[in-house]
Amino acid sequence: MSTLEIRDLHVTVDEADGGVKEILRGVDLTIRSGEVHAIMGPNGSGKSTLAYSIAGHPKYTVTGGSVTLDGEDVLEMSVDERARAGLFLAMQYPVEVPGVTVSNFLRTAKTAIDGEAPKLRTWVKDVKQAMDDLRMDSAFAERNVNEHFSGGEKKRHEILQMQLLKPKFAVLDETDSGLDVDALKVVSEGVNKALAGENNPGVLLITHYTRILRYITPQFVHVFVDGKVAEEGGPELAESLEETGYDRFLARA
Amino acid sequence: MTAVDETRTDPAAGSPANTARAHSHGAGSVPDASRAERRTSFEVADFAVPGGREEEWKFSPLRDLAPLFAEAAGPAPAVEVRAPEGVEHRTGTPAEVGAGTGFVPGDRAAAAGWATTAEAHLVRVPAEAELDEPVVVTVRGTAGATTSGHVVVEAGHHARALVVLSHLGSGAHRGNVEVRAGDGAQLTVVSLQEWEPDAVHSGQHDVVVGRDATVRHIAVSLGGKVVRLSVNLRYAAPGGDATALGVYFADSGQHLEHRQFVDHEVPNCRSYVEYRGALQGESARAVWIGDVLIRAAAEGTETYELNRNLVLTDGARADSVPNLEIETGEIVGAGHASATGRFDDEQLFYLQARGIPEEEARRLVVRGFFASIVERIGVPEISERLMATIETELAGTPAPTTVAPSVLEENR
Repeated sequence: MSTLEIRDLHVTVDEADGGVKEILRGVDLTIRSGEVHAIMGPNGSGKSTLAYSIAGHPKYTVTGGSVTLDGEDVLEMSVDERARAGLFLAMQYPVEVPGVTVSNFLRTAKTAIDGEAPKLRTWVKDVKQAMDDLRMDSAFAERNVNEHFSGGEKKRHEILQMQLLKPKFAVLDETDSGLDVDALKVVSEGVNKALAGENNPGVLLITHYTRILRYITPQFVHVFVDGKVAEEGGPELAESLEETGYDRFLARA
Repeated sequence: MTAVDETRTDPAAGSPANTARAHSHGAGSVPDASRAERRTSFEVADFAVPGGREEEWKFSPLRDLAPLFAEAAGPAPAVEVRAPEGVEHRTGTPAEVGAGTGFVPGDRAAAAGWATTAEAHLVRVPAEAELDEPVVVTVRGTAGATTSGHVVVEAGHHARALVVLSHLGSGAHRGNVEVRAGDGAQLTVVSLQEWEPDAVHSGQHDVVVGRDATVRHIAVSLGGKVVRLSVNLRYAAPGGDATALGVYFADSGQHLEHRQFVDHEVPNCRSYVEYRGALQGESARAVWIGDVLIRAAAEGTETYELNRNLVLTDGARADSVPNLEIETGEIVGAGHASATGRFDDEQLFYLQARGIPEEEARRLVVRGFFASIVERIGVPEISERLMATIETELAGTPAPTTVAPSVLEENR
């Protein structure tokens, strides 16, 4: 059992005009192994900033608060150290890496995370199985990472990594965006499969719309407004948002 | 971020036949109406000492190259030829080894090199000979001296051979190379520039492709302060297939310049040019100029040229200029592409977010970038050594800083 704990997190970003803007204004969240938390909120409320701050993107500066993984200070770690400690971020806009094939990339990442190269025979089988489950053609493995991938292929590739790297906690940033219903189902199935894995990950599901929550059921829903959690509840909160939207929060803020 | 410039000419789409058309990405001054008009001569006096404003010199560090423009003869470079049995190799004056039949100097440095070469070298692979081992010609420059050399590589008809020219040492060197591939020959010439960090090298390689011959010229520039290599490819008869490949890695203070001119004067020939380079460190500099001319008589030509630059750190600059002149519409295809991309913070973040440490992430990207060409060299021993050298150079990478990529790269 692991715990990811975020306490009073304040984060700023440097703006193009030289100014500094505070985006997260005191976020508190506790996620335990096996739990699914949905973070919902209007555009610009700071959902993605939370995701990237946990992963350690250099664009964001933590000005206060703490993030700990089983008591270890995550904010002290470099980006790759965080990943090796068990954090995973499925990105909304995965980056192209020309010249590096998916298969080479996956093997290199797995070796880095585990601290040793995976056993060739089981690894090849695991990759193939995971790709089949995500309806990814085997030719995919020889393509360059994210290069000329469609939106749906990029998201499947992110979830493929989540399944293979077996993190303790996964943050899924707008994984549903740009997916049609069929692709959404496939990707959600993939997340559910990862959730059922023996590593029993906790998941932070960041989404603007509720539609992915029809396929991945959260135990907790947090509504983000203006850089902090404005309301918390169970799955029923997502349902009420479905009907009323974010207007009532925005009016209050 | 990647800047891409891509053009493909599809004759089926109706480009007018026999109409002179030039498609150039040169910036500003274009003195010659056609690449065909560029001067060639054995007389040094026919070439003025470059002042820096000439189209073909404007990217080059003339102060460093200055010794190469002088007419004074220096010592000959130390040249060593290692060839498998059956290969003829001789040393003599240029006339004695039959130099100059497939070569005419195209600039001041090459003409001065021709005029001051006392000792030329001939490597001749007899007709129909098929070599199992490469011929290795090692050219060693001398610190503090300006050396001039001329190497003739001749492959008889239907010969199959691989010739490696290895450039080592210091000093300033004018290296003229003449490659003549007979009918049906399959010849690969690899030119390795693994100079000491203070060396300055200007080289002109003229390649003549015989009827139905297949020639590959591969330039690998890793060392030296300045390397400026001009590779000119032409065809003696129809059916020739020429490939020019290049790999370069420019460090801080290093200027690596590669120019190719493919002159399609004969029908039904094919050419393919691909150069890939990485730049790392303050003031690392790379220039790639790819000229292709399809003359009116060269019907049935198929050509493509490609340059890719990978900018690893801030402060480096890559210029990439493809020029395609087409004087006939009756061709199979012609195109070019040029792209300068940056190994940027977002790629680094993505790889690190998957647990891969920064140094390894860089290695992964650079290895992938070069692999497609390095693997085609055909000598595993050389390919492995090059990758190892590239990785050693990489290890010297300073930490990346965050500056908008738009100011770091250039693509014309």
